[in-house]
Amino acid sequence: MFSRDSWQEIFETIRKNKLRTILSGFTVALGIFIFVILSGFGNGLQNTFKEFFVDDATNVLRIFPGRTSKPYKGFKAKRRIELENSDIEAIKINFPLFLEYITPRISRGASVKYNNKSDNYTTRAVAPSHQAAERTIITKGRFINEVDIKDKTKYAVIGRKVATDLFGGEDPMGKYLDVGKIAFKVIGVFQDAGGDNEESFIYIPYTTRQLIEKANDKVDQIIIAYKPSIGHSGAISLEKKLRLFLKKKKIIDPTDQSGIFIRNVADELKRNEDFAGVLETIVIFVAIGTLIAGIIGISNIMVFVVKERTKELGIRKALGASPKSVIAMILQESVFITLISGYFGLASGMVLLKNIGNALEEDYFIKNPYVDLSTAMISTFILIIFGAIAGYIPAKRAARIKPIIALRDE
Amino acid sequence: MINLKSLHKSYKTGATSLHVLKGINLDIEKGELVAIMGSSGSGKSTLLNILGMLDVADEGSYYLDDVLIENLNEKKAAKYRNLFLGFVFQSFNLINYKNALENVALPLYYQGMSRKERQKQAMEYLDSVSLKPWATHLPSELSGGQKQRVAIARAMASKPKVLLADEPTGALDSTTSYEIMGLIQKINNEGKTILVVTHEDDIAKMCKRIVKLKDGVIVEDKKIKQIIVK
Ligand SMILES: Nc1ncnc2c1ncn2[C@@H]1O[C@H](COP(=O)(O)OP(=O)(O)OP(=O)(O)O)[C@@H](O)[C@H]1O
Ligand SMILES: [Mg+2]
Repeated sequence: MFSRDSWQEIFETIRKNKLRTILSGFTVALGIFIFVILSGFGNGLQNTFKEFFVDDATNVLRIFPGRTSKPYKGFKAKRRIELENSDIEAIKINFPLFLEYITPRISRGASVKYNNKSDNYTTRAVAPSHQAAERTIITKGRFINEVDIKDKTKYAVIGRKVATDLFGGEDPMGKYLDVGKIAFKVIGVFQDAGGDNEESFIYIPYTTRQLIEKANDKVDQIIIAYKPSIGHSGAISLEKKLRLFLKKKKIIDPTDQSGIFIRNVADELKRNEDFAGVLETIVIFVAIGTLIAGIIGISNIMVFVVKERTKELGIRKALGASPKSVIAMILQESVFITLISGYFGLASGMVLLKNIGNALEEDYFIKNPYVDLSTAMISTFILIIFGAIAGYIPAKRAARIKPIIALRDE
Repeated sequence: MINLKSLHKSYKTGATSLHVLKGINLDIEKGELVAIMGSSGSGKSTLLNILGMLDVADEGSYYLDDVLIENLNEKKAAKYRNLFLGFVFQSFNLINYKNALENVALPLYYQGMSRKERQKQAMEYLDSVSLKPWATHLPSELSGGQKQRVAIARAMASKPKVLLADEPTGALDSTTSYEIMGLIQKINNEGKTILVVTHEDDIAKMCKRIVKLKDGVIVEDKKIKQIIVK
C-alpha cells in the first residue's frame, strides 16, 4: 500500500492536477499560517504585559500626592497636596513593623552635557533604598549611599544608555557631567531589566535635588517596600492604613478619593496578568477557530476532489483497482498535500514572526512574538488527521460505487 | 470460454422494477468474435456489464473459462477484471491527465508490475496499435480513433481472456470505425475472444457471429461469413 510505486503514482497525480493540489494545499497552508501568526501575536501581547513589571520589585506601594476634591476643615477643595521629607519620617515611625524600606523620588528632566555631546534625560533624585525598589543593577562603581544623602553630594549614577550615548567608549567613572548647568561627578553605572527606557535615567541624591530647588523638602512620590511576610492581604490593609494616616496628617477629608493616591504594584501586576490571561483565551479561541475553518476547508475540498474524480475512479476500478487501493490513493494524496503545505504554512508563519521580531512593540504592544514548535506541530498534525478523515469518508463512498455507475457519470 | 444459463437482471428504481434481461442462455467459445445487436434499451450494455463483472446478475449462472462467477466481493471482482477482462467503451474512458503510455500501463500497475517493465510492455501495445509516436500525448491531443486505439491497447495490455467492447465505434466516423474493426479483427485472429456491442449492421458483419437481443431475450443467434477489413 505504501510502496514506492504507489507514491510515484500519487506524485504524478499531484503534478498533473495542479489546480486541485494548489487549492487544497493553499487552504491548509493558510490555515496553519494564520494559526501560527495569531498564536505568535497572542504570545507577543502577553510578553509585553508581563514585561511591564519584571524590572521592579513587586512588594512595593507608590504614594503620589494630588489635588483634593472636597473642602475639609476650612480648606477649600482642589487644594494641591505635596509630600515632604517629614512624611517619610512619620511613615517610618508609625509603620515600623510593615516596612522593609522607604525612599522618595523626585523626577526632573534635564539637559545633560559631557564635552560637546548633550541630550535630554530624566534625573531621579532618590534615597539609597531606591536601588532595591527598581532592582537597579550596578555594573560599575556604586549607587547613592547614606553619606551622599547626608552631605548632599553632587554625585550621579548613570544608566548604561546614558553612558554609551554621552561617553561612547570612554570610561565615565569620575568624569563630570553637566546636569542642568550643575556639575555632577559620575560615581556609578547601572543596568536595568527594563531596557533602554530604564537605562536612560540618572540617579542623584534626593537631598541634593532639594538643595538645588531652593532648599525645600518636597518629594514627588514616596516608594515603600513592605515586608513580603505580610502577604497580599497585609499589603491591602497597609495601603488602607497609610492612606488614612496621610490624609489625617495632610488634613484631607477621609472620604476624599483624591489628594493621596497609592498604587500597589502587586495589584497591578495581578490585574495585568488577568488581562493577559483573558487575551490568551481570546487568542486561543480565534486560533482554534482558524484551525476549524481550515479543517472545514480541507473537508470541502476533499469532497469536491472525490466527486471530480468519480469517473476516473470508475475507470481505475474497471481496470482492476481494488476498493482499498482507491481509498489508499486518495488518502495518501490528501495526507501528502496537507503535510507539505502544512509544513510550508508553519515555516512561513514562523519566519514571518521571527522577522517581525520586536518591530510591532512600539505601536501594537507585541513583543517578541513566537509560537512554540510543539503547539504549531500539533496543530498541523491535527489538520492532517482531519484532512485524512475528511478525505476518507468520500473516498470510501467512491470506492464503493459500482464502476458502471461511476463510468456512466458524465 | 463464456457460458451463461438463464441469466436475469432487473433494475429497481424506487417502486418500479425494470426487468431487463429475461433468461439469457449463451455459449461462446475461445477465439470467437461476437457482435451483440438489438434496439436501444434491449439490454446489450447490461449483458456486457454483467459479463465484465461491472455489475451482477440477479439469477442464473455465469462461467468464465470454466470458473463460476458468483458472490464476488469488490476486491475479488477487481482482481478478476484485471486478470480476465479487457474493456473498450464508446466514450473511450481514458484518464485525461495521463498520457497515452500511462493509460496503457495502468492495468499493469494494478497487476503489481514494476514500473520499468510496465512502461516497456505498454509501449509494445501502443506500437501494436501504431501509436508509438503518440506515447507522450494526452488524450485531449488525440483524435477519436486514436483514443479508441489507446483504449484497445490498454484493454489488451493486461492480456485478458476476453475483450468486451461496448459500441467501440459509436463515436467514430465510418472510416475510423473500419480501422478500429480492422484492429479488433487482427486481435481476434491472434486468438482473443471478443464481444462487440453495436447498432450498426456493417460493423456486426465484420464479426464472426451475431447475437440479437430483443426485450431481454436472445431472438437470433447466427454464425456469419465475416467481412474482412482490408
Ligand atoms: N443502472 C440502471 N438503473 C435503472 N435502469 C437502468 C440502469 N441501466 C440500464 N437501465 C435500463 O435498462 C434498460 C437496458 O439498458 P441497456 O443500457 O442495457 O440498453 P442497451 O441495449 O445498451 O441500449 P443502448 O443501445 O441505448 O445502449 C434500459 O431501459 C435502461 O433504461
Ligand atoms: Mg448500451
